[in-house]
Amino acid sequence: MLRYALKRLAQGIVTVFFIATATFFGMHSVPGDPLANDKAMSDRIRANLEAKYGLDKPLLTQYSIYMGNLLEGDFGISYTQENRRVNDIIREHFPVSATLGILAIAFAGLGGVLWGALTALYRNRLPDLVIMLLVILGISVPSFVFAALGQLLLVNLNDQFGFSLLPVAGWGTVTHMLMPSLVLGLGTMAYLTRLMRSSMLEIVNADFIRTAKSKGLPATRIFTHHQLRNAILPVITVLGPSIAAITTGGFVVEMLFAIPGLGRYFVQAVQQLDYTVIMGTTVFYGAFLVFMVIVVDLLYGLIDPRVRLE
Amino acid sequence: MAETAYSAEDFAPAPALASVQGISRPSLSYWQDAWLRLKANRRALFSLYIVVALLAFTLVGPFVWRLDPALQDLEQISQPPGADRNATIVEPYRPWNGDDAPTTASLRLVEPPNTQAVRLVWAPLPGADGYRLYRNIFPVGPERAFGLPLFETLDPTKRHFEDRLDLRPQTYFYSVVALDGQGRLTDAFETVAAEVRRVITVEEAQAMGLVEEGQALAPGDGIKLQAHPLGTDYLGRDMLARMMAGARVSLFIGLVAPLIFITFGVAYGAAAGFFGGWIDQALMRFSDFVVALPFLLFMILIRVISGVQPGESGIVPLVLAMVLLSWPATARLVRGQILQIREEGYISASRLLGAGAPYLVLRHMIPNTLGVILVTLTFAVPTAIFTEAFLSFIGMGVAPPTASWGSMCNEGIKTMLTHPHELIFPALFISITVLAFNLLGDGLRDALDARMRSTE
Amino acid sequence: MASNTISSTGLAVRQLGLFAFAAVAGLAALMWGPNLLANLTASASGANSAVDAANNAITVLLREEPPQLDSTRSTDQVSGVVLGHVMEGLLRYDENNALVPGMAESWRIDTEGALFQLREDARWSDGQPVTAHDFVFAWRLVLDPDNASEYAFILYPVKNAEAVNQGLLPGDALGVRALDDRTLEVDFERPIAFFDKLTAFSTYLPMRQDFYEAMNGGYGADADTMLYNGPFVIANWVHGQSLDMRRNLYYWNQERIRLDRINVGYVTSDANTSLNLFKDDKIVLTSLTPENLTNALEQRWQIHRFMDGSLFFLEFNHRPNRLTRNLNLRKALYLAQDPNELVYKVIKLPGYLPGASLFPIFLDGEQGKFRDEHPAPTHRMDLDAARRHLALAKAELDLEEFPPLVVLTGDNPVSNVQSEYFQAVFKKNLGLDIKIDRQIFKQRLAKMTSGDFDIVLAGWGPDYNDALTFGDLFASWNLNNRGRYSNPAYDEQVRIAQNALDGKTRMAAFAEIQRIVHEDVVIIPSYERGVAYVTHPRVQGILRRVVGADTDYTNAYIVPEG
Repeated sequence: MLRYALKRLAQGIVTVFFIATATFFGMHSVPGDPLANDKAMSDRIRANLEAKYGLDKPLLTQYSIYMGNLLEGDFGISYTQENRRVNDIIREHFPVSATLGILAIAFAGLGGVLWGALTALYRNRLPDLVIMLLVILGISVPSFVFAALGQLLLVNLNDQFGFSLLPVAGWGTVTHMLMPSLVLGLGTMAYLTRLMRSSMLEIVNADFIRTAKSKGLPATRIFTHHQLRNAILPVITVLGPSIAAITTGGFVVEMLFAIPGLGRYFVQAVQQLDYTVIMGTTVFYGAFLVFMVIVVDLLYGLIDPRVRLE
Repeated sequence: MAETAYSAEDFAPAPALASVQGISRPSLSYWQDAWLRLKANRRALFSLYIVVALLAFTLVGPFVWRLDPALQDLEQISQPPGADRNATIVEPYRPWNGDDAPTTASLRLVEPPNTQAVRLVWAPLPGADGYRLYRNIFPVGPERAFGLPLFETLDPTKRHFEDRLDLRPQTYFYSVVALDGQGRLTDAFETVAAEVRRVITVEEAQAMGLVEEGQALAPGDGIKLQAHPLGTDYLGRDMLARMMAGARVSLFIGLVAPLIFITFGVAYGAAAGFFGGWIDQALMRFSDFVVALPFLLFMILIRVISGVQPGESGIVPLVLAMVLLSWPATARLVRGQILQIREEGYISASRLLGAGAPYLVLRHMIPNTLGVILVTLTFAVPTAIFTEAFLSFIGMGVAPPTASWGSMCNEGIKTMLTHPHELIFPALFISITVLAFNLLGDGLRDALDARMRSTE
Repeated sequence: MASNTISSTGLAVRQLGLFAFAAVAGLAALMWGPNLLANLTASASGANSAVDAANNAITVLLREEPPQLDSTRSTDQVSGVVLGHVMEGLLRYDENNALVPGMAESWRIDTEGALFQLREDARWSDGQPVTAHDFVFAWRLVLDPDNASEYAFILYPVKNAEAVNQGLLPGDALGVRALDDRTLEVDFERPIAFFDKLTAFSTYLPMRQDFYEAMNGGYGADADTMLYNGPFVIANWVHGQSLDMRRNLYYWNQERIRLDRINVGYVTSDANTSLNLFKDDKIVLTSLTPENLTNALEQRWQIHRFMDGSLFFLEFNHRPNRLTRNLNLRKALYLAQDPNELVYKVIKLPGYLPGASLFPIFLDGEQGKFRDEHPAPTHRMDLDAARRHLALAKAELDLEEFPPLVVLTGDNPVSNVQSEYFQAVFKKNLGLDIKIDRQIFKQRLAKMTSGDFDIVLAGWGPDYNDALTFGDLFASWNLNNRGRYSNPAYDEQVRIAQNALDGKTRMAAFAEIQRIVHEDVVIIPSYERGVAYVTHPRVQGILRRVVGADTDYTNAYIVPEG
């Protein structure tokens, strides 16, 4: 187990190295001038800026310099926020995105498993149909609509009650987190519900369930130890990448709820071609994602003894 | 007790009848059975009809409803469905310099107010060093909410104003408020109501194709403006026509991209799961690598590489980018399932019976992961539609004036409260599409699931 | 069997119920953890309502996070707003937009140069005096080629500034000296009519050498890496979330400040969020969009409007080999559109003014306003004339059919609507095909610089309150002249306006520039931007400015209840 984990971590580092390399060259082949701004600048100033960021050197030299700095854990200085280090940007804003993402995943995971199991148990009966319709609504309405509706709901509620039930936007306390994380998690929750339902149904008729029933196990035990445990595997599989996707993909929600998360900085960085921030966030997220995948794979082995890790 | 008499015939063998050996019902192949069960599933069948209807809406619709989706009807901006479309013909607009400003009368309208312009003049208010003119949609109450400030002057001799701002056929309440020397509001004000009529000039009517050949129109005549069954958007474009045009883009992206990347993902994941070992390791590390690539950046890159020129829709590069970057999730999911199935008894049994790898994967493993695959597929449809919407939002999507459902949602959210139809229609169509594919996916899952064969 | 299934379902549902309970409990614990963390680490935004009379504080929203607050290098508007609250230059604009003493208590400007006498009680936020040396250091820093300040050009009226900035002369050759701690002497490169206005601009702000060097390149990145000399100081800055400004106890003019605290509680550019926060009584001011105007009316709010002085226009590409170099084509396009329709029917926001001239209406003329003294040329849409010019253009360019013109545009909603509008107008009125090239920020800038467009939707906001900030825009040497318009007659007038001191001569030159721009159709003016906004009824004294910090809360105060 430990050997396997260490091996995977080593592979992960290689993967991150490739991610960094591909992003570096990809980013430099995107047209556009990272130094340009609304006001045009003279050649002299341009040359100085290029020298400051090392853009005057050949691309391969830039690459080796960047990789060298990366090894020392230095992501460089942002192009658009000229006095901020990318390390500081990640350090300050990632915890925000992570908090939001973990909450959203918690909502999504718990809700998804719960609803999914319910729909499977009540297959083709009323609860199944109602939940299915909600699920479809959940996936076919984009998060920016939910965000706008959620915010509107809060404004009107606060207005009705005459006091601030939950804040409309902003960040800082748990009350700020509730609505955005719920909105962010809705899509994933719907997805997990469907996935759970489908894998539960596949198991309902499995031989080992029949065996368990016939040997007289109590229904609850069958449900928790046989059905749920088997059905949850695909859910765990998608959960890993989902965590990364949600923590990066919170851009719209972060924007609408005025949340200082890393997602906003990343999208902004791509639009502004802020090379160092693009690289920093990509490498950081890449490492995070690879790590999550490893965790999920290890969980696989724990939950399902049939899966051999090596 | 009656004696039964047996004869020798009673002990003769029965004649071999062909009908006994015959099978009462025709033998069904896997796919025939699946099709039968799909047909028996009323919900799946219903969803099939919806899909056909959507395709008809997309492909045949534009031939029935021939309005150009890019045509801007500036007389009818953001009209809800079924809005009144009567208008009166007037003379073309002529500038007005307010030379009929009165010396005595209070705030009044110079001519009948219409959607071309509302012209107002007023007499000096006591002690006014200047004026500010407001417009509201309801009468000014005690709270003195005058509404939109349209005009301001610190020259007390300027006592006329022409309003042309977004005039709609409704009643407006104009107020003129006196200002003091510092430009602050004083208590002196006057209000007048203006019932604005919708008007159109002959030239505009002709340009919109509302005038028939040989029809002579004179100022004062009534005319009906272009009908818009689903209303219009923020530039007066017909929603129905745009929904049809948008369906082409959205359904293409929403169906083609998921189909391709899921097929690829399934093949990839199955290979990794089946072979296991170092092949699995290598394949999965590559998929980790692809997942971690920043989507937005590589989306831009792929567009650049495929040489999308300005004004080109760039749908194909968009689909290409989605395919290249989205498959790993499916691959990972399928691999997980295969890893599980690989250890099942029936696989070992089949292997013992001499089944080859392709047979095992295609016949046993993939059909057993179909449930999960179909869920992924049905979810990939809206995701693809919204990815396009998000890219449109930041300027990387389809080029205007091409419409897409996703970008119409993006636009509609802004006017959600005042003109909800601009959001509801595209959102509704996306929901219907998703619903149809979900039900169809469910039906297919049930129909294709070998374990459920002939159990219903 | 059937009943068995149902009972097992029932049991399973009970199990699920237990699971759900555990889930909710777990979730609650999960939420509690981050809450504790958040309370420990950061000040929560929006804990306060819009107006906190007890603490004499207000909460506001910023559209974006200020990228950096290093005044020598900041270029954007949001940073300008924050700097306007926490810094003060030699001179500043008061509530009537008149120039008044700031760090300088008196000054003298002549054709050769200027002499500023700094006030004795001018202090940095650490209590040390603001000296003339701080200005000398800051200005040299702006012009230091290694600092690569993008706004260095605004200091070019100072003697040798351009040469220093180009690296041709050493930094100490710059024509600015501290005669003593409180006297600053400036030599001019050439006579300049509006130097006093420039000194209120943020690039002219002072900076203290010892502190700047101690920050080791991190100046202005955080609240504690800056020194302040304005009415407020930044007490706490949580990036992207909040920026807490408190009264500066060392500021020389304490009577001027009436608020104790201005708290930027939210950072978002979303218009609906801003409106919702205002509705929820969380911020004191929100801008309105055409989409939520009706909403604001229904709330019976008092709506204000303001013109921010920016001009937006269609800029043609005048480079050789471009179709738009042809005057008749430009004339045809000009005559085939009507800015009134764009403003009144498409943009639909009060405060916008249909564009008529290169010079917006706020600019001062010789006595009154420039546009009153030199009215803008009148524009009437004239399709017949437009088509005649188009036919001429076709003949001159020897074309069978016009190829599509490429309109370069940004990715914000307003320019999307506009580009689609123009696409339809030119198609309808001239039969011309327009291709919309929508690009994200840096790509658009790159294309503008390299000239990869026919028409670009562009805008220009004033840097200082003089007509020259617009007038020199299309001078052949101006790098912001992205269409590379080049006309010796135009350049000549710009030189007159730059060098003359006499108002009459300068205004005549601007009038001539206005005429050339119109007759040569250098651009098609679309509109002058306006803002519709609402403010909290209990907060007075909020200033909107064309030049300088907009919005300016330094003079704001809370009206007692009742």
